[in-house]
This record gives sequence, structure tokens and C-alpha cells, in this order.
Amino acid sequence: MIRLSVVLLALLLSPVAAAERVVIGYVDQANDPRHEDRMGFGGIVLEQRGRPFDGAKLANDDLAMAGHSLGIEIELVEGRAAGADSIAGEVEKLRKERGARFILIDAAAEALSKAARGTRDALLFNVSAGADALRGADCQAHTMHTFPSLAMRTDALVQFIVARKWRDILVLEGPDARDAETARALERSAKRFGAHIVAKRSFVLGSDPRERDQNNLALLTGGPGYDVVFIADESREVSRFLPYQTLSPRPVIGAAGLTAEAWHWTWDRDGGANLSRRFRRMAQRPMRGEDWAAWIGVKAIIETALRVRTADFTKVAAHLKSADFRVDGSKGQALTFRPWDNQLRQPIQLATTDAVIAQAPFTQFLHQTENLDTLGADRPESACRMGDSRP
Amino acid sequence: MSGHLRSAFFVASLALGVADTAAKDTGRVFVSNEKSNTVSVLDGKTYAPVATIRTGKRPRDLKLNSERTRLYVACGDDNRIDVIDVVTLAVVDQIGGIDEPEVFDIAPDGRQLFVSNEDDGKLSIIDLATKKVVKSIKVGPEPEGVLVSPDGATVYVASEAASLVHVIDIANGTIKADIPVGSRPRRFAQAADGREIWVSAEVAGSVYVIDAATNAVIKRIEFQPRGFRRDDIRPVGLKLTRDGATAYVTLGAANRIAIVDGKTKEVRDYILVGSRPWDIALSRDESRMFVANGASDDITIIDAKAGKVIRSVPVGRSPHSVAIDD
Repeated sequence: MIRLSVVLLALLLSPVAAAERVVIGYVDQANDPRHEDRMGFGGIVLEQRGRPFDGAKLANDDLAMAGHSLGIEIELVEGRAAGADSIAGEVEKLRKERGARFILIDAAAEALSKAARGTRDALLFNVSAGADALRGADCQAHTMHTFPSLAMRTDALVQFIVARKWRDILVLEGPDARDAETARALERSAKRFGAHIVAKRSFVLGSDPRERDQNNLALLTGGPGYDVVFIADESREVSRFLPYQTLSPRPVIGAAGLTAEAWHWTWDRDGGANLSRRFRRMAQRPMRGEDWAAWIGVKAIIETALRVRTADFTKVAAHLKSADFRVDGSKGQALTFRPWDNQLRQPIQLATTDAVIAQAPFTQFLHQTENLDTLGADRPESACRMGDSRP
Repeated sequence: MSGHLRSAFFVASLALGVADTAAKDTGRVFVSNEKSNTVSVLDGKTYAPVATIRTGKRPRDLKLNSERTRLYVACGDDNRIDVIDVVTLAVVDQIGGIDEPEVFDIAPDGRQLFVSNEDDGKLSIIDLATKKVVKSIKVGPEPEGVLVSPDGATVYVASEAASLVHVIDIANGTIKADIPVGSRPRRFAQAADGREIWVSAEVAGSVYVIDAATNAVIKRIEFQPRGFRRDDIRPVGLKLTRDGATAYVTLGAANRIAIVDGKTKEVRDYILVGSRPWDIALSRDESRMFVANGASDDITIIDAKAGKVIRSVPVGRSPHSVAIDD
């Protein structure tokens, strides 16, 4: 009786009656270079890329009908920032003007961090920034990460090689600041799983004979014995020429050869082929890790709203972060968020150009409670202190 | 062998031969092999291979018509259903123009076939006499399991990617209800009385039991074979005995099937089978079970009453489903 009167009261007070509505915001940056196709010299398209927004749209298309039938309308609204500086402003605009409380952000680590610091009363989803600091010292209680951390991806690669007893790694590091970050992540992974870095060498782009020790692949890969070469190369301009040019006949991993991905378009198990085909049909390009991260973010939000049968932000957000939350990401097992840093636990796909060779974690690396926690920062090693800030 | 006996044996084999061409109750076991594009045919008694039938690409679900003269095989990558003559063991017909057919069911009157179109997110209704799609109904993404109610009025479809069971009114072709279940619902089972619908939810690791009268989930069954973590438990195939007393559930990555009490919904036992068991079929007298092990290219044959494995028989690559002509 009391409940009935509350409902009646709510109906009387609410200007928009009937169906409940979940507004999901999506913010990215216009002309983000990460969205452009990766090009080779002479205008050759090396990799088709695009906005991860396509993934968000696919999840909305997948589930809007179900929402409608269960009385929860879903709306996906976009905000496009002119530059990295205005990401935070767009997030705030979607929240204030469009009523979006769940907001996906496709931005580099710094812009994401800034937007998160300036936003309250919303739950943010990082769909493309891999920086470990976002899950560590710079973590925010109201920022969820559906894109895997860099550490998760290097852990996956190192698990793979150590499981094969390829323990000795030669590390090649490019000039980009992100290459140094990647090499650091690899060092951490090597230590964690008992691999050994025999040497770390910096390379540069170019053919200046005075720098040949840094631009000649044979010289870069000569010297000490190693089982595998790991290359950190954001530009991909060196790494794509590295396989088959190493001085010793050894496999290449990292930026070329075997790469660690949140999603690879050739994954054909667990409904993966269907997902990639639906995506390609819609976006006219293969599905990438960032697209998957946006897809699973929107899917997690909508499925949770349907499961708890409400559009109420606080209730949906609480369920998303609870131990009862589970979502299927077409990677086999159910996925959950780590309570200590809000990272979505997930298998990592190790792929060549047209095949997923293996999906980490591997059975050789068991965890006491949750095998997926062998990838990335586990609870005891996490630097994240969220405090009591709540969405 | 005495003369009498010998001639009796001769007559018997002759009679068998006649029965064979009449193709009734051959006892044969048909297994679709998803990756070799074939259907393996096994003898119903010796389980020895009888024939291998080439089909369209990626044969998955397969079912016999009510007269058990024709075997329908959904060939996903060729967008068609192949029709196999159970006597000649040859593909004699096709139903084309069906977007990626995966799992299907046939109406109790045998006139219509209901098939999920995995890519298009649709359920297609096919008239088996004209071999035409008479209606397509938009459902959630990645539809898989299809089940027609015993009265032929309702069809249930599981949307794997939306984690929903759609309840569809066949007469007017509309969705009557959507029932949220656990992640990645796959297949259905129902007893003869049609009062409950059982659905496996692979990623949730559970089986949900739905009350057909109210469309409400009344029970969630969990599995805990010893030594396995929750994520190794991936239920897919399931069958109920006609009286609803017992359910058999394949557990995927756990390489086991579970035997569940149909009334109390308690798990009674687990049986080790091959690698990644998905589909499970029951013989008509419910004495034998056949489990398709997708990752070990074989089927496990189980004595259902004793709960014991009889043997494993190799078939083609990635066996998907089993049908028995008994």
C-alpha cells in the first residue's frame, strides 16, 4: 500500500511519466589522430581504424529493443570535444544538459584524468586509455576501465613466453614517451613471471650511418643470446619491419609479431565471429580493442539496468560495482570489475595479423581466487587508493 | 549353425534389409560435424560408422521430421538447410535463403520449422511443404536456442548477446514477453507437459527454469563439480526426460555432464565425458545418451539408467549436434 502510494506520488510529481530512461553519454575528441587509419609511406593503409563510438552504438543497437520491451528506454548521446582540453567540458555538458550519468570517455590518459577530477554525480568509463597510473596512483572511484591496462597486456605476453620456456627477452624501445612506458610495463611483467631481460636497446627512426647501432635491425638484434624480441614502438615504423630481420631466428612480440589485444577481429569462439561481423557490417571496418571496450561498456550499463529493472542511476551504478555483476564479453568467461581499481577483468588475446594464437591467462599461472587477476595489478600490489569518493 | 537356424538367420537378415529400405527405426545416430562439413552416421547398436554425408558449410543443429524419413541439417555458412534422405543417406533437397541458420525446432504438427538466424538477429518460420520462409521476426542479437511448446502455440528463442528469452506467439508472430536470464543463454529443454522451460546460460554458469504459465524465472540451478572454478562451468546442451523427472546438462569447459533431479532441481551427479561437450541427445526409450564433444572430435555414449559411460566414438571435426532415428 505504501509502495503503491509512493509510485502514484512519483507519477504525479514526475514531468516525464511512463517509461524510465537511461541516458548514456559518449565523449571523444574530433580529429583524434588515434581514430585515423594507420598509414604507411606512400599512402598505404596499414590498419583501418575509426571511432570506438561505433562499438558503443553497436551495443545500443543490440540492446535497445530489449530495453524497450522491459520498459527502460536507452538513449546514447554524443559530445565531441574540439581538443583534448575540452574533453572535461563536454563531459560536464552531457551530464548537465542531457542528463547523462553514465559517460564513456575515449581520450588519452591526461585528458581522461582531468575530466574525471572535474566530474561528480556520474560514472565514467575509460574505453581507450591503457595507462597503468589511471588504475594506480591516479585512480578515481567513479571511473571504470573497460579497456585493459598496459600491465595486463604485457603480463599476457610474458605469461605466454614463460609458459613456453622462452625466458630471455631482448627489449627494443622507441623514442616515443609511450614506448618508455610500455618497456617499463614489460620489465614489471618479466619480474612478475620470472622472465629475464638480457638487454634493453633504444632505436631511432632513420638511416643515418652515424646512428647505425640504433637504426639497423641486425645491429639492434645482435649480441647476447635471447629467446624472443619485445619491441615497444608506438610509431610501428620500425616494428613492422622487425620480424624475419632479427639477427637470430627468434620470434618478435609487442608492437609486431605477436601482439596483445583487448579484441582481435579473428576471434571465432564464444560468439566472437558474430560480434565482429555485426560490427563490420555497421562500421565497415574490423573491430578493434577500443571498439570492444566501448561495446562492453554500453552493454554492461544496459544489461545491468535491465537486470535490476530500473533506470535509477544510483541503483544501476551500485550493481555494476557489486559482486553480483557479471557481463559476457564474447571472450568465454563472465567479466567483472576489480573492486580495488575498477578495472574490468578480462582475457587478453595474443594475435598475429590474422589469427588469435592464444588467450591469456594461462593455466600455468594460477591465482588463489581469480585467474584473471594474474593479468594486471592484483589487489596487494595496487597503488590505487580511492578514498570515499562515490559516484 | 544348423540348416534351420541358418535359413532363419537368412530370413532375418532379409527382413532387416527390407526394414532398412523402409527406413523405419534404423536406430542410426546422426552427428553434424561443424568443421568437416559432414554428418557422420553410426550404427545404433554397434556404434560403428555407417556413412559420412557431405553437407553445406558449418552444419550445426539437425533434426528428423515427425515421420523420421528426412533429416534437416542447418548449414550456417551456406545460409541453407540441407535435407537428408534417411534411407539413402544422401542430401536430396535444400531450403535456401536462410541467413546463418544455427538451431531450429519443428512444430508438433510437422508443418513448420522455426530457425534462429544468428547474424540477422531474427527467427524465421519456414513452411516445410513449400520450403519458403513465411515469416521473420526480429529478436535480440545472436539468437540461438529455439523451442516450440507442445501445444504448438508458442516458440521460445534465446538471444545470447542480450541475455534474454523471447516468448513469441506463433499465430500472430509477435513477441509476447522478454525474460531476462543469465549471460549467454544457449539451449532449451522441456518435458512433455510443457509446464517448465529450462534454459542454459553458458557464461552465467547456470540453468534457469521458467514457469511457462507466468513467464517468471522460478529457479536458478548452479553446478559445482569438485575441483572446478565457477568460470569453468559453461552449461550449453540440456535434455529433460519426457516425464520431467531427470535433466541432463552438458557443462562445456568442465568436460562433464550434470544429472539434475527434475523436481527438486538438485544436482545428483556428474559424469566425465570428452572435451567441451555441447549437444546432448536421448534415445527414445531414454536408456542411452549421446554427447557431442566439440573439442575432442568424438561423441560419448552413456547408459542413462546406470549413469555410466559406455564408450567414446570418433566422428568428424568439431561435432555439434546429435539426432537418433529410433
